[in-house]
Amino acid sequence: MLRYSLKRLLSLVISLIIASLVIFLVIEVAPGDPASFMLGINAQEDTLNALREELGLNQSKLERYLSWTSNMLQGDFGTSYTYRTPVAQMVADRLWVSLPLALYALALSTIIAFPAGIYAASRRGAPGDVAVMGATQLGVATPNFWFAMMLVLVFAINLRWFSAGGFPGWDEGLFAGLKALTLPAIALALPQAAILARVMRSSLLDILNEDFIRTARAKGLSRRQALWRHALRNALIPVLTIIGLQFSFLLAGSIIIEQVFYLPGLGRLVFQSISQRDLIVVESVVMLLIFAVIMVNFIVDLAYTFVDPRLRSRT
Amino acid sequence: MKSRNLIIGGALSALFIAAALISFAWTPFDVTQMNIPAKLQTPNSTHWLGTDHFGRDIFSMIMVGARTSIAVALVAVGIGMGVGVPLGLAAAERQGSLLDEVIMRGNDLVFAFPSLVIAILITAVFGPGAVNAIIAIGIFNIPVFARLTRGAALPLWQREFIMAARVAGKGASRISLEHILPNVTNLLIVQGTIQFSLGILAEAGLSYVGLGAQPPLPSWGRMLADAQTMVSFAPHLALIPGGAIILTVLGLNLMGDGLRDLLDPRIRVERT
Repeated sequence: MLRYSLKRLLSLVISLIIASLVIFLVIEVAPGDPASFMLGINAQEDTLNALREELGLNQSKLERYLSWTSNMLQGDFGTSYTYRTPVAQMVADRLWVSLPLALYALALSTIIAFPAGIYAASRRGAPGDVAVMGATQLGVATPNFWFAMMLVLVFAINLRWFSAGGFPGWDEGLFAGLKALTLPAIALALPQAAILARVMRSSLLDILNEDFIRTARAKGLSRRQALWRHALRNALIPVLTIIGLQFSFLLAGSIIIEQVFYLPGLGRLVFQSISQRDLIVVESVVMLLIFAVIMVNFIVDLAYTFVDPRLRSRT
Repeated sequence: MKSRNLIIGGALSALFIAAALISFAWTPFDVTQMNIPAKLQTPNSTHWLGTDHFGRDIFSMIMVGARTSIAVALVAVGIGMGVGVPLGLAAAERQGSLLDEVIMRGNDLVFAFPSLVIAILITAVFGPGAVNAIIAIGIFNIPVFARLTRGAALPLWQREFIMAARVAGKGASRISLEHILPNVTNLLIVQGTIQFSLGILAEAGLSYVGLGAQPPLPSWGRMLADAQTMVSFAPHLALIPGGAIILTVLGLNLMGDGLRDLLDPRIRVERT
């Protein structure tokens, strides 16, 4: 167990180092000089040089990489070229929108997918199963940003139950904040719920064919009792993997959904920074997102060993 | 039921592929031609799917947009297969070697990254456009095909016909090419269709945020972005491109399911 955890930890550190190298190198080859961008085309050469010195742009690539990563480890993500404010502060402000949105969507996706998957598996081949599977096919094929536009059309423009976009801030109260995030979270959750329901169904059906379920049935349990008492817990292992993977999709997906709903989250920050060529912000946000995803995958891997005793004994 | 998936999926996919191909030779109207007096028309006998805010014919834009989506997704799948399959074959050929380990850990690493974030990073740095979108989507297809190929090739290396080829004096690379590859082709076709549909969704997403195909080339994602501010008074602007994306992706997914049922020998055995 300890050996397995250490091995996964090592792989996590290597992944983070390679990710940071890739991001740094990609940003390095980007055309344009941040100093000229910040000071404009009419800036004097000595002023430009002074700013380059201040930003550390005159250092070698290796020095810059090492200083970027070591500063990041201390919570210093640098200063935005456009706003001249610390990137860490900008990220922290927006994380309060993006993270609750991803978690809200994850909760919704799980709440929708579990009953749908269990229902479909318990009625394999029946009209209910066919209807659920048909709906999930449609859910998988629907782009979430299009679904978001349809939600706005129906629930914000026609029914006026929700606002079409924007975020009032958590200062306005939990209810107001959650209300503003509801349509975006539903839009994000739908395709993920469709995938999760399919995984839940197929995982349950696999387990229902196992010998121990047959034994349970032979002991007199009904199909439903066997499903709830024995199959469900065992079917959760692959579902857990998908939930872990979905978190990365939800974080990445929120980048686009925030555009639809004009939410002041990390996604909008990335796009604003792209249009302003504020690459230090892009670099930091992308690194942060990748860090979050790699960490979640690491936690899911460790969680396996707790859920599945076979993995514990093997490691 | 099984062949019904293949028929419906194949028909839907063929419809959009045909629309894309026909658009090279003919579209009802010129997609770059603006006609302001005819703007925001709902579907009618002249403009079958209506017009947009510049008076451009939506049916023609859907046809040309199909070309963009299909081209981007197809080339991205090509990159994934072109790089991923040889890597998977090489890894299986030398199972347990350093090469195998490097290839598979590299794949794990790419898999761990949120593809959309990296696609955004690539297009942000190298500029928006269809080519960069293709590269960004293509990179994430590589590990999918590499893993699949390796996984399918490994058991084949234990089979007798491979032993026979070895005894006949064939080298490992030649065996991979002549005997392993033809035996994993079915799986690759099925996965190819799935990746193709994912590519269409990814292209639409990138175009929607302005990082995919650039004007004046129509793309479904950008048609949706343009429609966003007009959805309250002209919902057809969003419904039609959205419907095109959903039907194409649905068609490809159904076709993938149908092909898997048809080509995967394990499922065939289960059915009989």
